[in-house]
Amino acid sequence: MKNIIQNINKAFDHRIRLGIMSVLMVNESADFNMLKELLGVTDGNLASHTKALETENYIMIEKQFIGKKPNTRYIATTEGKKAFKEHIEALEKLLSKN
Amino acid sequence: MENEKYLKDIQDIKQMMSQSSRFISLSGLSGILAGIYSLIGAWLAYKTIYFDTSTMGSYRTLIISYEAVVKLFIIAASVIVLSIVTGLVLSLKKAKKANESLWNPTSKRLLINFLIPLLTGGFFIIFLIEKEILSLVAPLMLIFYGMACLNASKYTLGDVRYLGITLIILGLLSTWFLGYGLLFWALGFGVCHVVYGALMYFKYDRN
Repeated sequence: MKNIIQNINKAFDHRIRLGIMSVLMVNESADFNMLKELLGVTDGNLASHTKALETENYIMIEKQFIGKKPNTRYIATTEGKKAFKEHIEALEKLLSKN
Repeated sequence: MENEKYLKDIQDIKQMMSQSSRFISLSGLSGILAGIYSLIGAWLAYKTIYFDTSTMGSYRTLIISYEAVVKLFIIAASVIVLSIVTGLVLSLKKAKKANESLWNPTSKRLLINFLIPLLTGGFFIIFLIEKEILSLVAPLMLIFYGMACLNASKYTLGDVRYLGITLIILGLLSTWFLGYGLLFWALGFGVCHVVYGALMYFKYDRN
């Protein structure tokens, strides 16, 4: 039991961060607006959660210009994907236990 | 209490993964309607070809008048335009209901991956028509449309995959029964669309 709880990752213990990771698991990358639309959050809110995931080294942030418009893309790192998979497995195990 | 939260987390993850990678607002009803248009079109085409007084020949060798060709072209074009318009309108309605926009990264991906095999087939068939190799037109249309569905299915409701496979099989079968192209067309574009459209309608649209 203790082991399973250890795998529950605090970094993903929030609806928006969970959403960001879910999107990045199945898409090569996602830009700011796509995430905003999918998750239905405000700019500031999204920015703070992506920042938190970046600090953990779970996602990469790529800034570029498309024409004159700045565009921010997010990509899940290998480390992030691994951590998220473990998190999901831990959740599933917890659910099947009880 | 805790358990409920974890369950909700898992559900959120699943929903977000499919919502961000698949375009799910594809309307089943539009499939049914497209099938019905095709069946009506096939019936009109059948009447044009086989009851046209200037028509001669049998199933294998078909000689039709210029007016009949124009009529067939008009029938085909109206079926396609009507189907596309219906599909767009109904999907737009479904997307609005789900608070999703119709033109988003998932629908873009769906369209691109659907169009690559479809346009390949389309150009190939145009070249065949130009070279007057008409016998393979009907089977190839079914096969390429089937492959387009198969390719697009990764980006939308999974049922489209089986529609694609069914169409490919029908296309291959019709290669053996070349004279019955219209019948296979009606089966593929008409009956298959109705069946799979109804399946998707009852599975996803009704509530």
